[in-house]
Amino acid sequence: MERDTAEKVFFRMRDINKFYRMGDEDMQVLRDVNLEITEGEYLSVLGPSGSGKSTLMNIIGCLDTATSGEYVLRGNRIEDLTEPELADIRSRDVGFVFQNSQLLPRLDALRNVELPLIYAGVSGRERTRRAREMLERVGLSDRMGHYPNQLSGGQQQRVAIARALVTHPGILLADEPTGALDQKTGKQIMQLFRELNEEGHTIIMITHDLHIAQNAKRVVHIIDGMLTEGGGTEDA
Amino acid sequence: MLKGIRGTLVMIGECFRMSLSNIRGAKVRSFLTVLGILIGVMAVIALITTVNGVTGSISDSFLSMGAGTLMVSVTGSDLKTGMTTADLEALTQLEEVEGITPTVNISSARISRGGKYESRISVSGKNAYYFLTNPEVVLRGRMLNIVDERNMSAVCLIDDEMIESFFYGVDPLGERLYVNGIPFLVVGTFSADSTESIASIFSGSPNILIPYTTAMKMNNASDVTSFTVYMAEGVTSDEASEAVEGAMDAMFSYEEDTFTITTMDAIEETMETMTGMMTTLLAGIASIALLVGGIGIMNMMLTTVTERTTEIGLKKALGARQWQIQLQFLIESFLLSLIGGIAGILLGLGLSLALSNVMGTSFRVNMDAIALGFGFSAAIGIVFGWAPARKASRLNPIDALRAM
Repeated sequence: MERDTAEKVFFRMRDINKFYRMGDEDMQVLRDVNLEITEGEYLSVLGPSGSGKSTLMNIIGCLDTATSGEYVLRGNRIEDLTEPELADIRSRDVGFVFQNSQLLPRLDALRNVELPLIYAGVSGRERTRRAREMLERVGLSDRMGHYPNQLSGGQQQRVAIARALVTHPGILLADEPTGALDQKTGKQIMQLFRELNEEGHTIIMITHDLHIAQNAKRVVHIIDGMLTEGGGTEDA
Repeated sequence: MLKGIRGTLVMIGECFRMSLSNIRGAKVRSFLTVLGILIGVMAVIALITTVNGVTGSISDSFLSMGAGTLMVSVTGSDLKTGMTTADLEALTQLEEVEGITPTVNISSARISRGGKYESRISVSGKNAYYFLTNPEVVLRGRMLNIVDERNMSAVCLIDDEMIESFFYGVDPLGERLYVNGIPFLVVGTFSADSTESIASIFSGSPNILIPYTTAMKMNNASDVTSFTVYMAEGVTSDEASEAVEGAMDAMFSYEEDTFTITTMDAIEETMETMTGMMTTLLAGIASIALLVGGIGIMNMMLTTVTERTTEIGLKKALGARQWQIQLQFLIESFLLSLIGGIAGILLGLGLSLALSNVMGTSFRVNMDAIALGFGFSAAIGIVFGWAPARKASRLNPIDALRAM
């Protein structure tokens, strides 16, 4: 197992390539991607749809693995890990937020937030305490017993953020977190992200919206599977 | 390690909660899914309970009829065709034997009185001991006694049917009745119900009782081929049977296959074998319904897995392991099936209670049947839930999430 030299490096990607098989031909979705994230960073990945940014997020979050290249997350070489070990990493190190919040409709806000803790094996009281704490943190202390269909889009996204953070993961991965929200609510979510980052959470946000991307401290662009640092600000 | 076990328990508990809320969330579909199991278990429970109740009632009356008795039937040899009165007397002297009642039937007698007659009436010859041990048989008048027996008297007891046919509006006591042309004095009446014995199940219950010696004379027979041995108190049926067998072997010069002794134990055993076979057969038929129900659950669970692809992907993204996803689906099908099973058990018991009331048999809750219904439905949930649960757990999280 390779040990990162700098303590603060959260993950490092070297020459990551990803191919998908489409019928008879291989389609290259990511080309020689190099990316390094240190703890406490707030990065946004900006790119048009079809640029490979969702694939990149899936690989970062260990939902998918690269075809070639080296990806080391908190000292673990991801390409060497088995599916159960990847599940451990998803449970312990990564928190996902999706565009449509993706709450389970039959569970109330509190139970939705408790879900990752269930999979992590945290029992009863401790689980509820942590879920409450996290819902309070995102400003929903009065909505814990509400079901997703009783919550506004912004509130649902807050529940999703609380759910992503409840296991105290090393990183928050957000895929178009404001995509389904109006501008005002989107701004509130961005404000929440900024606060969370100031509190020490590492955040990677994926978006096609330059204005949203500019909320992050660091912006990388992805076009046709190629990643470039900063630079060109063409809005997609 | 301890944390792992605890985590698993937490997981199992949560799976039950989630499954219940999923089942509740789709009430109509859940109901339709478990309907197969419900009907299957209901059929198994109702059949087993009803069959048990019926055979239980039958064997109960068998036992009450034949408690403390042995039945002996004689086929005889060329030299000796049956038991003489002296032989029977000798058996009575055995320490293990309390008494003996021979049965001599005149199976198809012609009865007449005045201008009326009836043919094919069953007449049975009994001895005095029979009436002494079964005094409740006589309703009015007197028993047949030892004097009747010795003298081969032409006296008889008649049942309600005979009273109705020949003595309508007349007191039969002291009147005469002709059996195959021979005049008999009616000395009493008896209740047909109380003469029921194991023998009467095969030969039908008699309408007229006469001294057995008289019956022998009418049959031109010098011996008895069927009789019941009443065992002495504190003697087991094995001991009594052995003693009677020993004595009779000597009487028949140790020739093989001259007589058969049937104990209640043997009859009970035969009954139990028959009941068991019947129950197994019926349960086998009913379990086809259970199999169909199981396939229904599997079908529904496979559909559910496809429908809930996104949910599965999401849960994997939230850190769910394969086994946790598999466990959740397995518990869901287990619960579905079990709910169907419990409902089936309750309905099956209700149905057999109703049936037992209609048929007038006893209602006995059979714990084996309940355990069978319970175990079978739980097993079906697990067996038929296995494949769908495995399919769910193996979904690639990316494919699962792409459905979003």
